Amino acid sequence: MRRLLLAGLALAASTFATFTAATLSAPAAMAAYPDRPVTLIVPWGAGGGTDAVARIVASLLEKDLGQPVAVVNRTGGQGVVGHQAIADATPDGYTIGIVTVEIAMMHWQGLTQLSGASYTPLALMNDDPAGVQVRADAPYKTLDDLLADIKANPGRFKASGTGQGGIWHLALAGMLSSVKMDPKSVPWVPSNGAAAGLQDLMAGGVQVVTCSLPEARSLIDAGRVKSLAIMSTERSKLMPAIPTLKEAAGSPWTIGAWRGIVGPKGLDKAISDKLQAALRKAYDSKEYQDFLSGRGFGGRYADGPGFAAFMAQSDASLGAVMKEVGLAK
Amino acid sequence: MNAVIAGIEMVLHWHVLATIFVAAAFGLLVGAIPGLTATMAIALLVPVTFFMDPISAVGAMISCSAMAIFAGDIPATLMRMPGTPASAAYSEECYAMTRKGEAEVALGANVLFSALGGLFGTAILIVSAPVLAEVALGFSSFEYFWLALLGLTCAIFIGSGSPVKGLVSLFLGLFVAQIGIDNPAGTPRFTFGNTNLLGGIDFIPAMIGLFAMSEVIRTMASGARDWSVRQTALGNPLKGWGRLMVKYWPQQLRGNITGTAIGILPGAGADIAAWVSYAMSRKLSKTPEKFGTGHVEGIIESTSSNNAALAGAWVPALVFGIPGDSITAIVIGVLYLKGLNPGPTLFLNNPESIYAVFTVFVIANLAMIPLGLAALKAGTALLRFPRNILIPLILMFCIVGAYAVNNSAYGVVLMVVFGVLGFLMEEHDIPVAPCVLGIVLGKMLEESFVTSMIKSDGNLLAFFERPISAGLGVVTLLVLILPVWSAIRARRAAAT
Repeated sequence: MRRLLLAGLALAASTFATFTAATLSAPAAMAAYPDRPVTLIVPWGAGGGTDAVARIVASLLEKDLGQPVAVVNRTGGQGVVGHQAIADATPDGYTIGIVTVEIAMMHWQGLTQLSGASYTPLALMNDDPAGVQVRADAPYKTLDDLLADIKANPGRFKASGTGQGGIWHLALAGMLSSVKMDPKSVPWVPSNGAAAGLQDLMAGGVQVVTCSLPEARSLIDAGRVKSLAIMSTERSKLMPAIPTLKEAAGSPWTIGAWRGIVGPKGLDKAISDKLQAALRKAYDSKEYQDFLSGRGFGGRYADGPGFAAFMAQSDASLGAVMKEVGLAK
Repeated sequence: MNAVIAGIEMVLHWHVLATIFVAAAFGLLVGAIPGLTATMAIALLVPVTFFMDPISAVGAMISCSAMAIFAGDIPATLMRMPGTPASAAYSEECYAMTRKGEAEVALGANVLFSALGGLFGTAILIVSAPVLAEVALGFSSFEYFWLALLGLTCAIFIGSGSPVKGLVSLFLGLFVAQIGIDNPAGTPRFTFGNTNLLGGIDFIPAMIGLFAMSEVIRTMASGARDWSVRQTALGNPLKGWGRLMVKYWPQQLRGNITGTAIGILPGAGADIAAWVSYAMSRKLSKTPEKFGTGHVEGIIESTSSNNAALAGAWVPALVFGIPGDSITAIVIGVLYLKGLNPGPTLFLNNPESIYAVFTVFVIANLAMIPLGLAALKAGTALLRFPRNILIPLILMFCIVGAYAVNNSAYGVVLMVVFGVLGFLMEEHDIPVAPCVLGIVLGKMLEESFVTSMIKSDGNLLAFFERPISAGLGVVTLLVLILPVWSAIRARRAAAT
């Protein structure tokens, strides 16, 4: 039975592959690359935001390249395992991956040697700025109210939204230090992702959650949570009523969780150009833009060289905050 | 009332029903393959749902996950290899039934009580989702700490034999849970600079190793002789089911309630529900000595529980967009894409969609019965193979399953290491189930303790300051202290 099932599955998969290849690969037959399926590695678990971005990008690349693009989740070690797998892959264009903001953070903590420079950047696809969320029944109208209360009671407020030293932890620390306050005046409570942090905010375990707006969206819509500011240069398309950090507190600090597609270092220029063009097309497609607005994700595009510069800049600014709060080794 | 009818009408289209049916068959297949979880089945469905209308998309995910959780029982029963982690709690019991020639009875009970558990969870979801979501949202790390500790006390009840050996196994599991960097401080532990170990010990390869691989080694060591028992056919399922339902209705009801309650809590899902229910069943049973020897009582309670948990997890997901388990975490993303943004407003502005979702739940759980029976008949045919052919096949599935979890050979290495460990443990009468429980709950226990300590600035009394937390704390302490207390009294009485 089991063998029958497996045989059937294999048959179905090959029929499907032939079918898609037959219907979609007419132009690809001319070019040498790609002539077999491409693997896209995701360093985070199935079902998360990064996974969702990777899967829609994969389905759009599949249409454009005329070859199946298989999404493979390589999780664990707070992203180190998957990021390592992308960097270690053979640079032939048949293994690419999605890297996330953590690549600009992990090496400062001494967890890995990897950094943005360990890859061939192909495209920046998305960027979600951090927000400052409190309970809807909290007595603060503006961010200044909250900051004044924190100043008066250092150590009393706790914040959450991700693991220790994670991106939202740095968002909080960077914000506090940019308004000349001690980053340690709001101790961080590590949580297993934004949903767990928000749950704790509702349960009264913490008072502030500095995750992104799309993550807090359902509770904001439900009238249980309010956002006091977002740490970006411009207001969010999703919720334009929320001021930027500059408007709310006069601080120039910006930070966000970004995601982009890369290949292993040393990718051939012809392959890299082809993938960059395909990714640009994917980013501009109606499907991807609908996906972003449907999920409330922030879109942000940069081509290969632009993405490289973006990663280097992100790396430097995150490194500075991590040193300041004592997270860097 | 109009909304209810409109909702039902939205589902009763041939393309929606066909989608539900195909997704159910897909869930059955993925759930029955060890190493591939119900969560993975749902994640694989996501790109397909991009092209579906909202109700078909949600329907596909509901029926797929319900089927996958049940289907995990099939390899658990036939090969002692839990197809999904939710079946781990009672896979030994099911396998023991197979060894007695009662594989079809065990699987038949799994089909029926999975479906009924799912329907019970759905009923709770329909009647009181908004109220219960409110309660679930009040749970903070303090409450979760007590829940995890309470869950660990289950280890005392699930392992047969001496409590000391059960504890040895449990602590081994807790140790395994410490490995890696995924701990509250983000500090690598026991990784020896290895990137794979940084990711920790994945629960699924460890589980396949401890349960299935150890059985393969044992069979090989004893020469892979064929079993002398013959498998009895299920006969008329309706007749047998009627008897089981009459005899075990309290167990079923208890499993349903426990499962739904655990499912509603964010952060605890079907797998933990099954463990707790199995332990509870044994503790409260009139014949606890029969547990572990192929007794259907515990299976009924825990298989009801894990499917009820599945529906329960939708309560906070629909009302607040907070996932009740890893499956609903994915579902929430799809709900947004389809414009069914979770939240109280969904119930106000879009009631017909909510009723359509409820209708899908009912249909999916009813469809489980015929599909499940067909899978059961096909699956048990496997047992007619000679053992010396079946065992290499099982070994192959162990390897494929362990590899599939993270698509790396590291999973296979882990599986083999845990297989040898499981073999050695069982040769020395150390039960493996508490070890698996330790791996499941270890992270939750540590995380909830450390985060609670940060919040309370190191004040231990904070665990008793919140009302629910204090209540849970008192119950946990009683469960831990009472057996010791009565043992001491018995000894004193004997001495005087």
